[in-house]
Amino acid sequence: MTVTETARTLELGRIGESVARPDGIPKTTGEFAYASDLGRPDMLWGDTLRSPHAHARVVSIDVAPALRLPGVHAVLTHADVPGRPTYGLEFPDQPVLAIDRVRYFGEPVALVAAEHPEQARRAAAAIVVDYEQLEAVTAMDRATEMPPLHPERPTMGHGYRDDPRPNVVRHILIRHGDPETAGDVSVEGTYEVGIQDQAFLGPEAGLAVPDGEGGVDIYVATQWLHVDRDQVAPCLALAPEQVRIHLAGVGGAFGGREDLSMQIHAAMLALHAKRPVKIVYDREESFTGHVHRHPATIRCEHRATREGRLVCVRMDILLDGGAYASSSTAVTSNAASFAAGPYRVDNALIEATSVYTNNPPCGAMRGFGAVQTCFAAEAQMDKLADALGIDPVELRLLNALEPGDRLPTGQVITGSLPVREVIRRAAAIPVPEPEELPRDPIRLPGGAGNTTRGEGVRRGVGFAAGFKNICYSEGFDDSCAARILLRADGGAEVHCAAAEVGQGVVNVILQVARTELGTDDVALAPHTTATVGSAGSSSASRMTWMAAGAVRDACRAALEERERRGGGEVDVERVYRHPRTQPLDPETGQVTGERAHVALAVAAMRVVAEVDVELGLGRVVWVGTAQDVGRAVNPLAVRGQIEGGTAQGLGLALMEELQTRDGRILNASFTDYLLPTALDMPPVELDLVEDPEPDAPYGVKGVGEPPTVVSTAAIVSALRDATGRPLTRVPVRPDDICL
Amino acid sequence: MRIALTVNGEAREADVWGGESLLFVLRERLDLPGSKNACEQGECGSCSVLLDGELVCACLVLGAQADGHEVLTVEGLDGAGPDGLHPVQRAFVDAGAVQCGFCTPGLVVAAADLLMRDPQPTDDAIREALSGNVCRCTGYGTILDAVRTAAGSRR
Repeated sequence: MTVTETARTLELGRIGESVARPDGIPKTTGEFAYASDLGRPDMLWGDTLRSPHAHARVVSIDVAPALRLPGVHAVLTHADVPGRPTYGLEFPDQPVLAIDRVRYFGEPVALVAAEHPEQARRAAAAIVVDYEQLEAVTAMDRATEMPPLHPERPTMGHGYRDDPRPNVVRHILIRHGDPETAGDVSVEGTYEVGIQDQAFLGPEAGLAVPDGEGGVDIYVATQWLHVDRDQVAPCLALAPEQVRIHLAGVGGAFGGREDLSMQIHAAMLALHAKRPVKIVYDREESFTGHVHRHPATIRCEHRATREGRLVCVRMDILLDGGAYASSSTAVTSNAASFAAGPYRVDNALIEATSVYTNNPPCGAMRGFGAVQTCFAAEAQMDKLADALGIDPVELRLLNALEPGDRLPTGQVITGSLPVREVIRRAAAIPVPEPEELPRDPIRLPGGAGNTTRGEGVRRGVGFAAGFKNICYSEGFDDSCAARILLRADGGAEVHCAAAEVGQGVVNVILQVARTELGTDDVALAPHTTATVGSAGSSSASRMTWMAAGAVRDACRAALEERERRGGGEVDVERVYRHPRTQPLDPETGQVTGERAHVALAVAAMRVVAEVDVELGLGRVVWVGTAQDVGRAVNPLAVRGQIEGGTAQGLGLALMEELQTRDGRILNASFTDYLLPTALDMPPVELDLVEDPEPDAPYGVKGVGEPPTVVSTAAIVSALRDATGRPLTRVPVRPDDICL
Repeated sequence: MRIALTVNGEAREADVWGGESLLFVLRERLDLPGSKNACEQGECGSCSVLLDGELVCACLVLGAQADGHEVLTVEGLDGAGPDGLHPVQRAFVDAGAVQCGFCTPGLVVAAADLLMRDPQPTDDAIREALSGNVCRCTGYGTILDAVRTAAGSRR
């Protein structure tokens, strides 16, 4: 299916139709309320004092100077945290406010609430903190030789491999077949990935409103309402039902809103001041206010027969998790599980280690571990093709995984995974002819900078394929609830806590409900913990699948219930679960049951790039991609996910890197952290491969992550073709492509 | 200090602190939160407004500088159709050019400004005109479609 259509109908649409967003009009008129737009007449503004050091002992905190300033209503420190002093998405290793030690630059130390945001900022600056600086652990490859940053080892005892080295978050060893197997040809390489930031446009924001009975309502931009509640409530020493989390408008997420940011802080200030409190981060604070994509160093050896069949892959992956665990354990698992790419290999030794350091904390970002390894493994596939004299696309087709094959974790592919079809179709999209010179400089490397007339510009064509898991893995009890209220007149209201972060799950929910109920009269209630069970997270490319399953089941149950009663109003809630997964064996990295991942999705991409090799300037000219989407619920939204995901991969390939020195972030602004603009992003030709997933409702698959996994690798492949340089590190810098 | 300005055709007054940006004044003093604060350095264009007909980032203009001037924000855009939407707004919705939407108000204002100056822009002209507006969700393809469609609907 090629997506060229625009939305046929405005709001009413069934599964498979391109449907315009129900929130599209308010978002274009400015009426849509994002978290940062919320307000109450009696509201205070919160501000956060953060550590200026990457690693220090907190000797003392004097809040008195801040309390004396005008307009200040509350100044709080760790001593004011009412309940559990720490929290965390998977392990509670992160202090709500620094206790006796700060472990990263920008760690929250104290909070202020004041009448005007500037008063709050000045009061925060007036707090006197006495720090004693400690040596910062900043080199990830030396972290396991340094004193432990978390001596209590929070990730131990959770079924992972017992690694006695200090500062190991998780260590995975996947041993598959005979890793000593030799090939006729072997290629080696070491690859590096810098720190990428999600850089969602809407900075962290939220409003906490005390309910007057000891509880609190928190309106916040987040990815998973219920897991926020379950982390917030213990720290406030409240019962879960006393903390109600409501989804405020979300200005993008991409993994960066999985961890808490200001939720507990705003609630503490609001409960203390007995007034609503709003916290909005500015861009600089946002860069320290959420986790980033793990930087990585990846050593690889690929062995193959003379004919090009992979016989053994050996990879050693090191990931810098930064100061706190966040979701590093799952990122480590993903990096290892998909390291070899969507290829059959009967022998492998894959080692992945994530470490604690005093660098910015890293966690979830779109692609979640598979981005880093895809960049390395696809560079190796190109290198192998070159060594063997085989066309790179042919080499990938020759080794393509297919249902029935085993992954290095021992999992047999039972569902849909059309690797060969996706590669073939991506390679079949016609590559545009080189554009002649002279041409408008806007279409040359350097663009409006007018740096060349075309002299020194070389063209390259690259290719890559990549895959990752859909939904949560390794035995996680992954569920989604939906509640349907059927009125006597046949209309319906759907409650589902699935976080709409821009991806369009609101349409998925409405399309499924309209399809199942056979009516256009369907409304979606606000997303909240107050009226429905957990939907799980808008992450891991899972929300379309999970929400579709839950809403389908709830609709069918509601119709049955109405039939049984012979009419009237019906109110039912159902919880959907995908087929169970099992953990990996901690010693062998092999799956302990049928599967560690419920499903997989693959994408392939061809890229044309031009490089001005005299100035070291690159430009992506064209992208053609085919992606396995299961079944496209809303083809227009699928196009948006693929093009947007490609742009984020382009950013990592060419420009996006959070730079640090001694653990301090040097470029926490959009002036210094560069994002792709309309001049950087080329036209994208898409081919959607619809191969329904047998275990998923309606055959759907998530579509958000595969384009980000594959595009960095494909773009750098094109830059290598243009320059002949090995380009083993992203983002690629001017010096790397200047000949 | 007290400032008086015309916003979206209406005479407005506000008490402001001298350090407040026009963006802060619009959002917090004049109840017009449509313009978004995403970078406060004029890099992302999310706060794009027209000041005396000129496209500016409201985060880079002081509220006090707007005293006596005319401001058009995303809330002030409208069209002749039954939905009241400006053709650029309509096209953004239909083309799928909106995802999280945080960049959308700024892009809509910048695109409307482009079409006022250049009713039939080339693709290169669209890309250049919108290159000061960062979108993190769409990859820009659907946004370009929307601007082309809006240009076509004005023929």
